[in-house]
Amino acid sequence: MSEEEQEMITKVEAPVYLKYNFTAGSAPTRFLAQIKKGVLAGQRCPKCLAVYIPTRGSCGRCGVPTVEEVELSDKATVQSFTIVSIPIPNNPIEPPFIIANVVPDGANVSFIHLMSECVNEEVHIGQRVQAVWKPEDEWGYSMDNIRYFKPLDEPDVPIELIGKLTVTGEEG
Amino acid sequence: MANLAAVVGIGQTSYTTKREDVSIAGLVREAAVNALEDADLTWNDIDAVILGKAPDMFEGVIMPEVYLTDALGCNGKPMIRVHTAGSVGGSTALVAASHVQSGMFKRVLTVSFEKQSESNAMWALSNPQPFSTHLNAGAGGYFAPIIREYLRRSNAPYDAGIKVAVKDRLHGARNPLAHLQKPDITMQEVEESFMLWDPLRYLECCPSSDGACAMVIADEELAKKSPKPPAWIRGVAMRSEPTMYAGRNEVNPQAGRDCAADVYKQAGVSNPRKDFDCAEVYVPFSWYEPMWLENLGFAPEGEGWKLTMEGATSLDENGDIPWNCSGGVLSSNPIGASGMIRFAEVARQVRGDAGEHQVDGAKLALGHAYGGGAQFFAMWVVGSQKS
Ligand SMILES: [Zn+2]
Repeated sequence: MSEEEQEMITKVEAPVYLKYNFTAGSAPTRFLAQIKKGVLAGQRCPKCLAVYIPTRGSCGRCGVPTVEEVELSDKATVQSFTIVSIPIPNNPIEPPFIIANVVPDGANVSFIHLMSECVNEEVHIGQRVQAVWKPEDEWGYSMDNIRYFKPLDEPDVPIELIGKLTVTGEEG
Repeated sequence: MANLAAVVGIGQTSYTTKREDVSIAGLVREAAVNALEDADLTWNDIDAVILGKAPDMFEGVIMPEVYLTDALGCNGKPMIRVHTAGSVGGSTALVAASHVQSGMFKRVLTVSFEKQSESNAMWALSNPQPFSTHLNAGAGGYFAPIIREYLRRSNAPYDAGIKVAVKDRLHGARNPLAHLQKPDITMQEVEESFMLWDPLRYLECCPSSDGACAMVIADEELAKKSPKPPAWIRGVAMRSEPTMYAGRNEVNPQAGRDCAADVYKQAGVSNPRKDFDCAEVYVPFSWYEPMWLENLGFAPEGEGWKLTMEGATSLDENGDIPWNCSGGVLSSNPIGASGMIRFAEVARQVRGDAGEHQVDGAKLALGHAYGGGAQFFAMWVVGSQKS
């Protein structure tokens, strides 16, 4: 092929890697220090009394700092969920798997985590679940200390009470 | 009191999976040149440039506005970059409008873009944070649970999302710029497509597109001299709310309701379904049509799906309030540009310049964009008349 006939090169892949050191800030530092000990710690808003996890140091509703720390249960309620079937490159989890928005007892907001040890088609809103932790010697400063949530043999939580249970799992 | 401003030029690229024939600079320039030609203007007629795109992590080009100054003819001219996640195309148009409404500039060029083929959006949206578990499930992993909650609250029939997916692709088949061209799509085809994030099927999700959109916005005096009819900007509003707070209504966000109320008040709209002739609303997943019909007050809470099922939002079914006549985000999704396309497409409608997807006699229309965890909202109302 002569020089003129060569196809123009329009794209080359040139991966660049950036490594970040994450500085947690005061509120996430407290959350991460507790989860390293296997404890789910939330923080209570002094104004509306809502309990946040993972805490970012303020109440998004009231715009005030949260200070008081509250130890939460690792039992939780499914607020909503999806069954993920899309294969995503480099994903360590084999689809299909469940991503659920779970509210731990004693908290008023949900966070997203995996659900496992369940029949995917039987997962439902209001279902009771509990954290399955990694072995203690693998705990770090990470939400990944919880491997996933598994179903609990407890009655469903009525819709209007999801996100309102006390730390002992009773109506708040 | 804001000065009057109007859209006097609109330029788009066609939308497609990979624009390998142009760089990012070539892509934005193509849209900008098209907008200038539409307005019968040259680079010298522009006072400032307002640029928007989704987060820099997408293409991995940090502060691309700096390198795009040459391509956008703004060496030595003021330029601003806008960031508001997926709503950015809409917010960018609003920032541009405000620079004219305030009297700061007489005529500005606004451009937004995404080159998804040079980016990895799924990766960019899933960078690990120690305080949440790393799930790497993409945008659908975040929005599907919210949609499931909408289904529970509204008791909508399971196929309302399928109907939106078909309707928007049939609209897109009228628009030669649309990425997906599926004139023969059927409910059955959508229903049988692969379930990605239950309850969202493959054909209920937006594609991944390359593309750019541009507009020229001018003050009243210059707009009157414009060769084509101006689209008068009758209302502008932005609102946002935190991603997470106790009691947040994720299905029907407060910020969206507040934003709509503000923009309707400015435009004198009391009954959106009746007062608007059409709307372009950011619907990247099918179920967001019924959800936003409610959030934007076109239907009572829990009843948005009824409008969808009745065909009220369909051009092909002669609906009274067609939504996303251009095919919407479900037919083309160059993320950073997707919001501006909504704003530009309603401007095309009220200028009577929307080709095969024109709504006959459209006089007043709503453009809408949302982004982040459905927490950033941008809206404008444009009309064929000044008031
Ligand atoms: Zn509060």
